[in-house]
Amino acid sequence: MPNMSMTKNPIPEQPAEIRRNNFEEVALGYTAEQAIDEAQRCLNCKNSPCVSGCPVAIQIPKFLEQVVAGDFEAAYNIISESSSLPAVCGRVCPQESQCESKCVRGIKGEAVGIGRIERFVADWHNANVTEPPVKPEPNGHKVAVIGSGPAGLTCAGDLAKKGYEVTIFEALHKTGGVLAYGIPQFRLPKEIVAKEVANLEELGVTIHTNVVVGKSITIDELLDEGYESVFVGTGAGLPSFMNIPGENLNGVLSANEFLTRTNLMKAYEEGSKTPIRKGRKVAVIGGGNVAMDAARCALRYGAEEVYIVYRRGEEELPARAEEVHHAKEEGVIFKLLTNPVEIIGDENGNVCAIKCVKMELGEADASGRRSPVVKEGSDFGIIVDTVIMSIGTSPNPLIKNTTEGLDTNRKGCIVADDFGLTSRENVYAGGDAVTGAATVILAMGAGKNAATAIDHHIMHEGE
Amino acid sequence: MFKIVNKKQLNPVVVSMTIEAPFVARKARAGQFVILRVEEDGERIPLTVAGYDREKGTLDIIFQPVGATTKKLSMMNEGDYIPDFVGPLGNPTVFEKGKRYAVVGGGVGCAISYIVTKEIFEAGCEVDAIIGFRNKDLVILEEEFKSVCNNLYVCTDDGSYGRPGVVTKTLEELIVSGEKYDEVITIGPMIMMKFVCLTTKKYDIPTTVSMNPIMIDGTGMCGGCRLTVGGETKFACVDGPDFDGHKVDFDEAMRRGGVYKEFEKHAYEEACNLLNKEVAE
Repeated sequence: MPNMSMTKNPIPEQPAEIRRNNFEEVALGYTAEQAIDEAQRCLNCKNSPCVSGCPVAIQIPKFLEQVVAGDFEAAYNIISESSSLPAVCGRVCPQESQCESKCVRGIKGEAVGIGRIERFVADWHNANVTEPPVKPEPNGHKVAVIGSGPAGLTCAGDLAKKGYEVTIFEALHKTGGVLAYGIPQFRLPKEIVAKEVANLEELGVTIHTNVVVGKSITIDELLDEGYESVFVGTGAGLPSFMNIPGENLNGVLSANEFLTRTNLMKAYEEGSKTPIRKGRKVAVIGGGNVAMDAARCALRYGAEEVYIVYRRGEEELPARAEEVHHAKEEGVIFKLLTNPVEIIGDENGNVCAIKCVKMELGEADASGRRSPVVKEGSDFGIIVDTVIMSIGTSPNPLIKNTTEGLDTNRKGCIVADDFGLTSRENVYAGGDAVTGAATVILAMGAGKNAATAIDHHIMHEGE
Repeated sequence: MFKIVNKKQLNPVVVSMTIEAPFVARKARAGQFVILRVEEDGERIPLTVAGYDREKGTLDIIFQPVGATTKKLSMMNEGDYIPDFVGPLGNPTVFEKGKRYAVVGGGVGCAISYIVTKEIFEAGCEVDAIIGFRNKDLVILEEEFKSVCNNLYVCTDDGSYGRPGVVTKTLEELIVSGEKYDEVITIGPMIMMKFVCLTTKKYDIPTTVSMNPIMIDGTGMCGGCRLTVGGETKFACVDGPDFDGHKVDFDEAMRRGGVYKEFEKHAYEEACNLLNKEVAE
């Protein structure tokens, strides 16, 4: 008999007034009892609509069934068939717009807390299962993966499981891509990312950090060196700026810089060697998950006031509802329908205020979102000493500029078909490098598809 | 891990190191840079390429301890390993055959001027080198320079060696005396490059500067290295590090270089204390 409670089991969290002063994880995770109780809310629908909402098609009702039965390892194995990073996805996937949005229980009441249960299962596995995964028989084929973010890790993992000799090239000194430099510790502890990477290494994947493909070596050279295919999962790492006056004042930085110093370089740790801008009054420009992350980090560094300045309204905030909710709970002030037009500096070139205008929503634009229009004569100022630009990122042109015949679109995204194949033979791409900044799970889905396509191509070559 | 295969003290403060880094060495060109970390959880700092040996797979760096990282690096020895060393990053210095160049270097920047001068000279161009130091004791690479340029002018601020005065003085004297340069390339402290540009502007000589701002990744990701060139924002790491010196907003660049000054000063002092303690023990 399913659990007919209309609401999800709430996930235990650090109280807002405590967590806003530390970098520890916000959500503490379900206990086994809570996970089982929540899994019992699944009706095990015959057509499993939830699965269709998952970009990697995890067999959700099947793994929930195992959770109900108390066989968490069996549940983990079911998730692993489709996802290489369950502990990551259980934390950062926008389940509310994916699997959970399709859940029948969500029609009257709240959807099953699939993400929370997934997280529990993955954490349980990581805490209780120590034996390394079985190394597959090598199949004698070599593939190179560029970038160790979600797309690259997934593609590498799937190919390694099939017996490929996979080598990952990472530009930074640490693996994980956006999971390492972008998403803060309080949303995704770095130990989890390290564990997932260690799993890949146990599967036989070789990782070279400190190699910038396009600079240290090119894709053509990799192909010449005997890699039969190359997967490009280089993400969208180039920060955009607004091109407004004052943007190069001291105290204006990209969310990428602020978050990289914080997450990758651990600027928040006692005695850290990484300098960080600790503002007293901070404005974060933008309304996505990255903006929420930056705002919440700024709070944790001790800012008295942190603003989110976003040109559209609450409804249009691209960030996950949960992140917006958490940010508000922690005291982030939302200045919506507001757009900065100038950053004002003092006589020493330090930021001292931003000049903004009020916006109102007009007609829907090409993306279907209503475009903000300036309200005439609505100028006003906000006193701040730090401005963090979080208005989006685009793919790095490094690969494009050094790979002849690799097509990109107007936005600099690599053009790839549904299987990840680019305009270059044996070169595949996926994740943010193809779509522009999107989600971890979409990147994983793309990495997965490309792995299937690469395997198919290599195995059937010459037929 | 990247092995230090050679370490030399070029003057009382400047250190030269040769690092085993095959990935970097096989592609590096004059004008490009590397990023390194000297310890786990250390900061990433950029250093311009000072030389390379493609066959041996080694790369030279020349630096002066100015911050915590360079201080620690200077205490490392042959046989030690640098944990992270990535490159070559940025674009190589551009030069054209048939043109006549003057390369103007200052202080530790002369190390970079050297490899730039050498590449230009070996490509068959005519090139004069003007290198400046505060005093006689700080002069580096004089012998090396002699074999890679047409004329070498060594200057010291205090007049204790070579031509007296700053490099801009000699540069201007040469221009006024009728030396014709198609282009000036300058590498050194920001303030020196600014004044070289002001000098060449008077005589309308195109001038390239090598910028070395704060950066993390060196691949265009952080935007910390942005500067204004001809009214537009550029990223030194991917758009440079060489730029048209007459268009660079030096005052802004110098101001931005001081963003983390307080922190750096503290970290440097801490590094010094730590190292002194190690030495004392």
